[in-house]
Amino acid sequence: MSTTEVLVKELVEKNGKTRNSLMPVLQGIVHNEHFLSEEALLCVARELDLSAADVYGTASFYTFLDTVPRGKNIVRVCKTITCHMKGKDEIIKALGNALKIKVGETTNDKKFTLLTANCLGWCHKGPVMLVNDDIYPDLTTQKALEIIEEYAKDVK
Amino acid sequence: MENNLKKVDIIFEIDEKQSPLAILEKTVKRPADEIILDLIDSGLKGRGGAGFPTGLKWKFTRNEDNEVKYVICNADEGEPGTFKDREIIDRVPEKIFAGMAICGFVIGAKEGYIYLRGEYNFLLKNLQKKLDEFNAGMKKAGIEFTIYIKSGSGAYVCGEESALFESMEGKRGEPRNKPPYPTVAGYNSKPTVINNVETLVYTTMICHMGPERFKALGTKDSRGSKVFSVSGDTPISGIYELELGMPLNEFVDGFGDGDTKAVQVGGASGHCVPRKKFNDTIIGFEGIPTGGSMMIFNSTRSMYNVLHDYLEFFTEESCGQCTPCRVGCQQLLKGIEAVKRGERPPAYLDDLKKLTATMKIAAKCGLGQSVGNPFNSIIDNFREEIIY
Amino acid sequence: MSKYLVNLKINNMPIAVEEGTTILEAAKKLNFRIPTLCNHPDLTVAGNCRVCVVEVKGARLLAAACATPVSEGMEVLTNSEKVRIARKHIVELLLAEHNADCTKCFKNGHCELQDLSGEYRIGDHVFLDLVKPASKIQDISSPSIVKDDSKCIRCQRCVRTCTELQGVSALGVVNKGDHQRISTFLNKPLHEVVCTNCGQCINRCPTGALTERNYIEEVWNALYNPAKFVVVQTAPATRIALGEDLGIQVGERVTGKMVSALKKLGFNKVLDTDFTADLTIMEEGTELLTRLKKALVDKDEKVVLPMMTSCSPGWIKFQEHMYPELLDNLSTCKSPQQMFGAIAKTYYADKINIKAQDMIVVSIMPCVAKKFECERPEMRDSGYQDVDYVLTTRELAMMIKQAGIDFDKLEDDHYDSILGESTGAAVIFGATGGVMEAALRTAYEIVTGREVPFTNLNIKPVRGMEGIKEASIKIKSVKPEWSFLEGVELNVAIAHGLANARKLMEKVKSGEASYHFIEIMGCPGGCLGGGGQPIPTSPEIRKKRAEAIYSEDTEMVLRKSHENPEVAEIYREFLGEPLGHKSHDLLHTHYKARKRY
Ligand SMILES: Cc1cc2nc3c(=O)[nH]c(=O)nc-3n(C[C@H](O)[C@H](O)[C@H](O)COP(=O)(O)O)c2cc1C
Ligand code: SF4
Ligand code: SF4
Ligand code: SF4
Ligand code: SF4
Ligand code: FES
Ligand code: FES
Repeated sequence: MSTTEVLVKELVEKNGKTRNSLMPVLQGIVHNEHFLSEEALLCVARELDLSAADVYGTASFYTFLDTVPRGKNIVRVCKTITCHMKGKDEIIKALGNALKIKVGETTNDKKFTLLTANCLGWCHKGPVMLVNDDIYPDLTTQKALEIIEEYAKDVK
Repeated sequence: MENNLKKVDIIFEIDEKQSPLAILEKTVKRPADEIILDLIDSGLKGRGGAGFPTGLKWKFTRNEDNEVKYVICNADEGEPGTFKDREIIDRVPEKIFAGMAICGFVIGAKEGYIYLRGEYNFLLKNLQKKLDEFNAGMKKAGIEFTIYIKSGSGAYVCGEESALFESMEGKRGEPRNKPPYPTVAGYNSKPTVINNVETLVYTTMICHMGPERFKALGTKDSRGSKVFSVSGDTPISGIYELELGMPLNEFVDGFGDGDTKAVQVGGASGHCVPRKKFNDTIIGFEGIPTGGSMMIFNSTRSMYNVLHDYLEFFTEESCGQCTPCRVGCQQLLKGIEAVKRGERPPAYLDDLKKLTATMKIAAKCGLGQSVGNPFNSIIDNFREEIIY
Repeated sequence: MSKYLVNLKINNMPIAVEEGTTILEAAKKLNFRIPTLCNHPDLTVAGNCRVCVVEVKGARLLAAACATPVSEGMEVLTNSEKVRIARKHIVELLLAEHNADCTKCFKNGHCELQDLSGEYRIGDHVFLDLVKPASKIQDISSPSIVKDDSKCIRCQRCVRTCTELQGVSALGVVNKGDHQRISTFLNKPLHEVVCTNCGQCINRCPTGALTERNYIEEVWNALYNPAKFVVVQTAPATRIALGEDLGIQVGERVTGKMVSALKKLGFNKVLDTDFTADLTIMEEGTELLTRLKKALVDKDEKVVLPMMTSCSPGWIKFQEHMYPELLDNLSTCKSPQQMFGAIAKTYYADKINIKAQDMIVVSIMPCVAKKFECERPEMRDSGYQDVDYVLTTRELAMMIKQAGIDFDKLEDDHYDSILGESTGAAVIFGATGGVMEAALRTAYEIVTGREVPFTNLNIKPVRGMEGIKEASIKIKSVKPEWSFLEGVELNVAIAHGLANARKLMEKVKSGEASYHFIEIMGCPGGCLGGGGQPIPTSPEIRKKRAEAIYSEDTEMVLRKSHENPEVAEIYREFLGEPLGHKSHDLLHTHYKARKRY
């Protein structure tokens, strides 16, 4: 059994073999593997007795349930209005330059994926970004770069 | 901001003498119908946006004859400009739990779920810890109710109640046809009360302090207070619990930076109020209702950019199932771009306004229905900025 | 439970309807037609297209008539100013994201969106064109189905069909917002996924987004080619539905006219798949009896029961994807279409002195899965592709129109001989339960020497539109050579529509039921509701087609497959005996497991 299969089986075991556990199962896979691979999706379909297209269709509805390969660290910079006003463009530019990727891309070493997100619920402290599950409000370009640096060093 | 605005401290108030669990234990000793009467008497309306009277919602669900019912706390807070639920979850989670359990007692539900947006995953660990303690506390007190947490995964529309149920059932977050309403067929098609985070805290507090203190606040149509998320061009952005029914000019006096040109009340799906209308705009159900978001724009801001951002948001976040919203949002977005570039005449904006009238009455859910709010209020008040 | 009556007014006309009725249904009773797109009588309510919106007095929102139940005192307006404006807007919006090149579209003239935009005289396009260039790339990977996203209005009828009726879910809704579309697992081409090619989605797609891969031009080319000898076979269910596409009312049989039209189109020989349907019964009936003997007498562990029919290629592919562990249960018999092809290019070609390589076999089928089936590599036992082209009933109707034939005025004509003779047992192959009935008529008689004990040979328990039907027949007073069947209660089951097939398979797998013989048809109602049949389809339409099939059967002189003289002849002259060596080579096949996504 591949590690993915083991993971899916564990998640299904934990959450139950019904459709209602589809979200937690998919979330669990993304948490561990950063995205939903073809193997993972098929495994889930098999374990929960759902059609593969249905599982994929459901996953593709949710921004955080990626079905394309992502880096170890997923950076999501808020692009909605207040963060826009407070300078998200500069943050994105700085991160893009530092990581040498454009929004939507993943670094060659698979360490970082740079994405944008809709309002993250920290508008009073914009601009903000999420790195994986962690939130970083009150960003400046410098702060943003320092944070990325930490992740690059695997400190976080 | 020490002017006319009446700051209130109900939501975040910590009563050392009576914990939320103690409030719960006290409350479940009362007859359920009495609790409902108190809630109705208090005038509490839902704080998630739609403003449905909470007491009635509970009553309808209580009246449903079904073995299985659910209480759901809507913590999907995704409306741009809104961040008060996050603060509440972070600071006073037990009050939410207590509200859910009281609701469970009133309607006859044994299970409650908190649907927490994926963007707030960092709250999970602490929340789960507090929840485990609370669940244990309820068990010890003999209260037959258990609360669980479900996470979202980045889809604004899942805040819409029926989309939220779909998501919890492991499906795409596509809003359902109504009727049936959640009180009859919600999660797992069972009678369900779904309330906003803040609403649930108020129910706890009304049970704690009686309806009078709440009722004394606000106006006839907008009883009580509300937690506001203030952002944008303000020196003091943040979270404030204020009395409802305030005139917008007083709010701007307290929060603006002296150069306020417009306030977006109610988030991206709310209304944009220009300076000239500050004086006669009331924040409340009789005026402009809000889920709590107040975004302030000063004169340096381009209202075209503001509208463009909102429309982009809706275009991406529409579930995409119904025609008026899926295609309508794209038309509005591309439409203002075309006008801006001179590819369509300014009068095209009026065609688009007519389209929003259709979206408002023909879209399947509140998302598509409310896109016209920001569109029309910005086009009507800042037409030049859109065209030139 | 008796239902309450609800009083309401629609366009000021009072009406009382049962509680739970939708506004759409109530309006229909008063003869007010409300336009619909996402609604379909075979499917659950979606309420997503919104063209059916109506005004309910006092309500803030318009109501989707298809999704809103009536309530007491409701006052509905189906054509108020508000409604008209909204409806027109909605059609305009749909057209704005639509590649509306109707003149080049296969559905031109048969499209619900086109009808609606015609009805509302949508003229100048108010809104911006949103068609994405990428959406114009059609998926033509499947030999049966063409998927064109640029024609899709996202009504999700196909998705509901594939899920609710077929239990396959090859299609799903993916992404959200402006990226939402109908797609497959990881957007793979249709031929790579679990799609069974049943074509049921085509039957319910209101637009040209899902259509059959059409071979009309190829067939014309063959007909115009003097070096080719073109024979055509017609499936049982075509003759009771073809008329629907040619101005004749539902449920009217057009067998004679169809034969006449085919001759006028220039086919060298017009033959009948019904002939090989009878042949199928001989082979499959014998196979069943042999399996029973091996299982009951020889206690052969390798023989699996229940035996399952194999004439529906949609069902076969379903089984290959979904229940590969049950492939041995399938009868090894090819479908009648493929038996025909194999016989035509061997026995028949010899008989009429035509070289197989000069012969083109065309099938007229109620089915789009047959297009896939004829291209399966196993289906080349004559040394050539046994069946060259498969046309749907709809495509034949188009050819007849193109040829300028006034179908209604045609005289009846007869099938050519040989390979044109058939019995009533073959005709009923077109309805769910038909193969079972035909098999029982023959098998019972072989075993007992008597006719099946049902009035007029009509085995009523296996007929009808129930999703899963079960029946038992007690076998008594058998001939000596069948003594092992004496007193045996033969348990049979029948399912149509793959969602029902799935339910039945689960029952088989769990051992909850023990059957000897199972008939499965991939499409709802059987072939009469096939994916290649005239559009629209509905339970009422399928009911009328079924009635037509059973009356065709009753009017036939011969009604039992083993009585078909041409069948007797082919065994005598060529095949030897059922399950014999030649049969094995030409009429039987094997299956392969496929991936499940
Ligand atoms: C697009 C959309 C998004 C919504 N998002 C939220 C949300 O994030 N939180 C919330 O409490 N209500 C949200 N609502 C409102 C809910 O549907 C529902 O009315 C509310 O949860 C009821 O709780 P209340 O009565 O306490 O306000 C949303 C509605 C729509 C149409
Ligand atoms: S209005 Fe928008 S979000 Fe709501 S159902 Fe329609 S497409 Fe989905
Ligand atoms: S799908 Fe219908 S409307 Fe679209 S191009 Fe084809 S015929 Fe025209
Ligand atoms: S042809 Fe049948 S199986 Fe294939 S997508 Fe259509 S309905 Fe589904
Ligand atoms: S392919 Fe056809 S049936 Fe499916 S959603 Fe598109 S238009 Fe509707
Ligand atoms: S706008 Fe960026 S967090 Fe709300
Ligand atoms: S037909 Fe009613 S919403 Fe589509």
